[in-house]
Amino acid sequence: MHPAPSVIIFTTFSGLGFGLLAWLGLGFPDVTGWSAFAFFTIAYVCAVGGLMASAFHLGRPERALKAFTQWRTSWLSREAVTSVAALLVMGVYAIGTIFFDKALPLVGVIGAALSLLTVFTTSMIYAQLKTVPRWHTALTPVMFLALAIAGGALLAGEVTTAAVLLALAGVVVMATWLHGDGAFARSGTTLATATGLGSIGTPRAFEPPHTGTNYLLREFVFVVGRKHGTKLRIIAFTLAIALPVILLLVPFSHWLAAVAVLSHVAGVLVTRWLFFAQAEHVVGLYYGKR
Amino acid sequence: MTALPDKTDRKLGLVIDLDTCVGCHACVISCKGWNTENYGAPLSDQDAYGAAPSGTFLNRVHSYEVQPLATSDKVQPPAQLIHFPKSCLHCDDAPCVTVCPTGASYKRVEDGIVLVNESDCIGCGLCAWACPYGAREKDEAEGVMKKCTLCVDRIYNENLEEIDRVPTCVRTCPSGARHFGDLADPDSHVSRLTAERGGMDLMPEMGTRPVNKYLPPRPKDALPEIDVLAPYLAPVDDAPGGFLGWLDKTLEKL
Repeated sequence: MHPAPSVIIFTTFSGLGFGLLAWLGLGFPDVTGWSAFAFFTIAYVCAVGGLMASAFHLGRPERALKAFTQWRTSWLSREAVTSVAALLVMGVYAIGTIFFDKALPLVGVIGAALSLLTVFTTSMIYAQLKTVPRWHTALTPVMFLALAIAGGALLAGEVTTAAVLLALAGVVVMATWLHGDGAFARSGTTLATATGLGSIGTPRAFEPPHTGTNYLLREFVFVVGRKHGTKLRIIAFTLAIALPVILLLVPFSHWLAAVAVLSHVAGVLVTRWLFFAQAEHVVGLYYGKR
Repeated sequence: MTALPDKTDRKLGLVIDLDTCVGCHACVISCKGWNTENYGAPLSDQDAYGAAPSGTFLNRVHSYEVQPLATSDKVQPPAQLIHFPKSCLHCDDAPCVTVCPTGASYKRVEDGIVLVNESDCIGCGLCAWACPYGAREKDEAEGVMKKCTLCVDRIYNENLEEIDRVPTCVRTCPSGARHFGDLADPDSHVSRLTAERGGMDLMPEMGTRPVNKYLPPRPKDALPEIDVLAPYLAPVDDAPGGFLGWLDKTLEKL
């Protein structure tokens, strides 16, 4: 799959933003006034900025409001609805803590649940696709939620909790990679099932429909950078998980915490790039590519 | 509404004969022509006359080579070349429809055709992600998703002669490899063809239940060995007369 910067930025930052909102809604850290203002600003910039980035990959962004209508069947529509609901409910909670020095626990819990639900709906957009075997697994939502919750804890300044949750997220990310590497082969989809010609013998793509490229090849058949997959995984794991955990375990300082956050964000961006770049769509089979 | 209908009254679709398709791409061209000039946004091209041309097509023809397995009769069977037209299969369980966030994609209850309402489409591309067959493409000029309409603006069009009220790819095909009809009607010629020839689904494991069927290539004829030049080399007249007779005798003497 083409690793479009818009979707990489969107999933990374909306995950972090909604992860932080979930922690804030549950009262971690229990802040009011200017301090609360700072935390909510970070959360809203991440969440709303991520959502706006996602609009850049639309062909017709001016009609984006129509995406709120089909929540009965579409995970993308559900994401639109839950994200706005989470932002509105958490907005009420934020106003309470910032301006009235009063946390509304029930509103916070509902907002936190909606925030995590938003991350879940995002992940299900990918996990629902049978056409991308690497994504079509329960590990996809687990990975998105694990990174959002751990990243949120890191941003919320929950030092010890964040270290533990980052380590857990690391295990999930590893599992996603190991499981994903054999997913295409396990799916059983081959050029033989794609063409139905397997009963005669082994089919081979002989000539593509045209000598140039097309939308399908640009969007679904991305082969650049795969050979560096292992190196990029090591970089991603080091930045997103290992370095932040080490920085959290040494005696706390705000500077080290800031480095931990930046390192984590950079690492998650790399994992998301790999999430798209290493995912193979079955339509590539028709072109003799993957 | 992007919920799929429980049942459609008819299942209009195509049956594509992989045995007779000659890979001429006439269906590709006629499809591009009709669907650029008629219903919906035109199918645009980018850099059409430049170094890296690219464009929107609703139908493309691939070519595959299949190496049959060796048998005792044929130790080295020749490879078969199979031309493979591919367009929207108008699936019963169309995953492209249910993922659509705006309701632009829908499957019609009356005839089962999967369509896009272009004025509702935001061009998010998720339908193309969900389709295993590559049937949907985003038009780069219009920013909306394009797909085969089964020529919905031809098949019910009373301004056309009756013979033309079929998808343009079917009307154009010079080798009769494309057939159009109602696959829900067991007596329709497309259903009979599917039954007789063992029509098959593409990627059945995806659970999409395509309406369009593909007829597998038939086994190649096994003709006896014939030397095609032999009849021309055999003597046709043992005792020619006249000029040829004189020439024959003269040449014998030399």
